[in-house]
Amino acid sequence: MSDLSQNSSSRGAVNSGSMPSMRALLTLLAVLLLAAVPFIVPSMQLLINLALAKGLAVLGVTVLLRAGQVSFGHALFFGISAYAGAFLTASLPGADIILVLIAGVLGAAISGLLVGLFVVRYRGIFFGMLNLAFSMIFWSILEKFYHITGGADGIRLTRPSVLGMALERDSFEAVVFYLSVVLMVGLGWFTLRWFASPVGQIFQTIKTNETRLEYLGLSPKRALLSGYLLSAMLCGVGGSLMAMTQGVVTPEYVWWVRSAEMVFIAVLGGAGSVRGAFIGALIYEIVRVYASAFAGDIWQLLLGSFLLVIILFAPGGIMGIVDGLMGRVSRKQHATAPEDAR
Amino acid sequence: MDLTIFLLALFDGISYAALVFIVALGLTLIFGVMRILNVAHGSLYAIGAYATVSLTGFLLSLGFAPVLSFPLMLISAVLVGVLLGGPIEWLLLRRIYDKPEVLQLLVTFAVFMILEDVQRLVWGTQPYFQASALQALGNVTVFGVTYTVYQLILLPIVAIGLLLGLRFFLRHTVIGKLILATTEDREAAQSIGIDADRVFLFTFVVGAVLAGLGGALASPTTSILPGMGADMIVLSFAVVATAGLGQIEGAAVTALLIGLGRSFAVYVWPEVAVLVPYLIMVLVLLVRPQGLFGTSVARKI
Repeated sequence: MSDLSQNSSSRGAVNSGSMPSMRALLTLLAVLLLAAVPFIVPSMQLLINLALAKGLAVLGVTVLLRAGQVSFGHALFFGISAYAGAFLTASLPGADIILVLIAGVLGAAISGLLVGLFVVRYRGIFFGMLNLAFSMIFWSILEKFYHITGGADGIRLTRPSVLGMALERDSFEAVVFYLSVVLMVGLGWFTLRWFASPVGQIFQTIKTNETRLEYLGLSPKRALLSGYLLSAMLCGVGGSLMAMTQGVVTPEYVWWVRSAEMVFIAVLGGAGSVRGAFIGALIYEIVRVYASAFAGDIWQLLLGSFLLVIILFAPGGIMGIVDGLMGRVSRKQHATAPEDAR
Repeated sequence: MDLTIFLLALFDGISYAALVFIVALGLTLIFGVMRILNVAHGSLYAIGAYATVSLTGFLLSLGFAPVLSFPLMLISAVLVGVLLGGPIEWLLLRRIYDKPEVLQLLVTFAVFMILEDVQRLVWGTQPYFQASALQALGNVTVFGVTYTVYQLILLPIVAIGLLLGLRFFLRHTVIGKLILATTEDREAAQSIGIDADRVFLFTFVVGAVLAGLGGALASPTTSILPGMGADMIVLSFAVVATAGLGQIEGAAVTALLIGLGRSFAVYVWPEVAVLVPYLIMVLVLLVRPQGLFGTSVARKI
């Protein structure tokens, strides 16, 4: 899919010169700014926490976009992780926050492996729609078996303890917030490193020419499966954080609208861009909160229209626009600045 | 399981399969010709149902006979196809035929999101129910089981008629042969003077009409509520994928298989009834990744 992320394949190796250092500086500034949010604008803390949780899930979708695949059902792993956490705290009240997170990610990883083993045999339409089918299956299970899952009302995720301490609401929210920031930086960095690793490179070649991979004696299925596992686990981390922030999990976590939202944010931020996933999620959440007052009824209509506009007119998304601007600036400074660093 | 329940499950399955097949037929026709999976197909189905209910309710309130709801179904289906399907192909899809598959999928998905909200804006969130067409035809008793004529006789006849009609149309009429030629090789077809743009527009409108017709025919048998489009696109995709994308006759067989599987599950193990179509799909695709009737394509290097 050369159009959605035209400058994503050759990356990692060419980052030299002044652009990357400027980019690293901007990233550092943005992270510091985020970390200061609870002190500067405490009213925004919850909102940004939700945006970061979503951003991690969007990162999962972004990973798959690097291989040219789109999944319309990744909310499945988001939801499985959230429900795993909720079941854990229900059977083990006051479980540690890390334990809840691990249980969620483990649930996402196991289901990701099972679903992944099946869907990595497919590409394109089948890949996207089979993922959607799996998420719809899980959604109807959640709705039907209400004596276990609480049906449409969902179940509560009671507040986990932190290092053995039962915290008050304010301090717990602060802990979750900084956990989210740390996970964003850590997992974002890890994902970038993974893209540059041999298996990550093979994974991204699925987009450009899969048959050649097979001729080299490499298994595209195995590479896609490892990428799929990574994406499922990233969604799991996001789902777990979201559930801990909200304190309740409902089947809405797995509903196709949630998956669509993830794909939308991934394309908005810049398909295939790690930073774009989080920038997209932040912008999306902030706009959503302020727009829902007067556009609640037509929110999906707006998203759909905006998605069309991005795909048809700005296929690089926000990061594509930013890169275009930065590229113009650096071209003025250096005649030979690398254009394809993000 | 005694005979009565067996027959009930059988009849349920047949009438359900007929409805799903009509929708899946449009989906697989569009894919077969244009190589685009139209995710918005589910919305067209839902809008067809809403339009029928509104039109019928309006005419009945004016004092017309309930029999009039049958032509109204056709009218709503054609309205959906021409007023929605036409512009979608003409304004959007035409720009993206040379783009990657995933992008095309995203575009139709965006249309789906837009239409889901449009439905809610026009018809609200309360469920609609309009069964005058169902009642107009009365009941029939087979081996002691009473069932509606509409579901047991009319729906299967319409489905079989559409299948045979489409087969005849594609193989024995000039327009049908133009469509097949364009499907085979778009460039070669254009070089001998076929207007491929018009062929695509026509195909998409026909496919959209079929989606609307499926919704119109479904409207007397079920309550119409938001979310029915999302369910239907996934279900009809399951049918089409199990059959093999673009396989018209295969879709009929698969629709019957999935419809019967689901209706028997309703009586045997109701909790999993919703899952049966997907279980069938997953099982078939595990063994035959190209679908029951699909042929594997030679890869280009």
